Amino acid sequence: MTLLSLCWEFFKTGLFSIGGGLATLPFLFGMGERYGWYTVSDLTNMVAVSESTPGPIGVNMATYVGSSVCGIPGGILATLSLIIPSIIVILIVARILEKFSESKLVKNVFYGLRPAVVGMLFASVLSVFESSLFNGDFLSGVNWGHLALFTVLVLGVFKIKKHPILFIGIGAVVGMIFSF
Amino acid sequence: MRELFNLFKSFFMIGAFTFGGGYAMLPMLEKEVVTKHKWATMEEISNYFAIGQCTPGIIAVNTATFVGYKQKKNIGGIVATLGVVTPSIIIILALSGILEYIFDYPIVKSAFAGISVAVCALLVQALWKLAKTGIKDVYTAIVAIVSASVSVFFKLSPIIIVVACAVVTICYKFISDKVKGGKKQ
Repeated sequence: MTLLSLCWEFFKTGLFSIGGGLATLPFLFGMGERYGWYTVSDLTNMVAVSESTPGPIGVNMATYVGSSVCGIPGGILATLSLIIPSIIVILIVARILEKFSESKLVKNVFYGLRPAVVGMLFASVLSVFESSLFNGDFLSGVNWGHLALFTVLVLGVFKIKKHPILFIGIGAVVGMIFSF
Repeated sequence: MRELFNLFKSFFMIGAFTFGGGYAMLPMLEKEVVTKHKWATMEEISNYFAIGQCTPGIIAVNTATFVGYKQKKNIGGIVATLGVVTPSIIIILALSGILEYIFDYPIVKSAFAGISVAVCALLVQALWKLAKTGIKDVYTAIVAIVSASVSVFFKLSPIIIVVACAVVTICYKFISDKVKGGKKQ
């Protein structure tokens, strides 16, 4: 029974949370409150872990929450329930888009949306900088060790066109050696 | 069949090496989808991100479905999406007993701090590549600056930004076409 409500709740979350992984948070809080599956502090811990483990945060949170409620089946089913609505919606959108890809209106809209994506990405890069290169926020000062590694890696990324995995690996090794 | 396997494999890699939310997958996506397999252009990825901001679900999932659909229709969309979520499921379930404690170890913390610095560097390049495809003239430059400012200073929801930019751009194109048409006559 719990497994069924878990699927239903995550299906609703997938259907109504718009704007990426963290947009699922309010739904996760609501779930905990209504069913008593976990407390707010449990959830806060799960979010922190989901931000660090590999994979998109939204997927990690679903697997983590699902498995904490119903074990391995819970983790798998919660994640699948979360992604089913968006797969359906995107397959429909993709089909429509394919039909109208040559339409002038669609082209015009994307011409204006692409720079908007650049602007929004810039904003999220700033907040990632704040937590990774500065000590929490811009006012509390630069973390010089992190900034040094960042400078070297930026040069590397632009100069040698290697796979991102290489740079992530270098980051991890340097982090461990210099105990970041 | 081979193409489906490649879709799954690439998106599995993208899922396994994305650290953070939606945008953090961009460097991996650029490498695997744009450069290596040429399944989509940077411009299309940018379009998918814009749509993903206004449709339900996680952006990483939406983008995977889009790219997969473009290659192999519905089945491609489903396979690519399963690929991107599988690493999360495996990693979290495998570590479920120790997940709460693992980040208390200083060495694990240090490794992840180093990874987050690497992600910063990779995002700078992703931002640069996106800017090159998105900012083409004065109008698009203004759109980029305004969207960045309202996200940073007013924390405006992405969906409002996307809808507003779509409406304003349609009006702008309508007027500029009129002006050009007028000049021709």
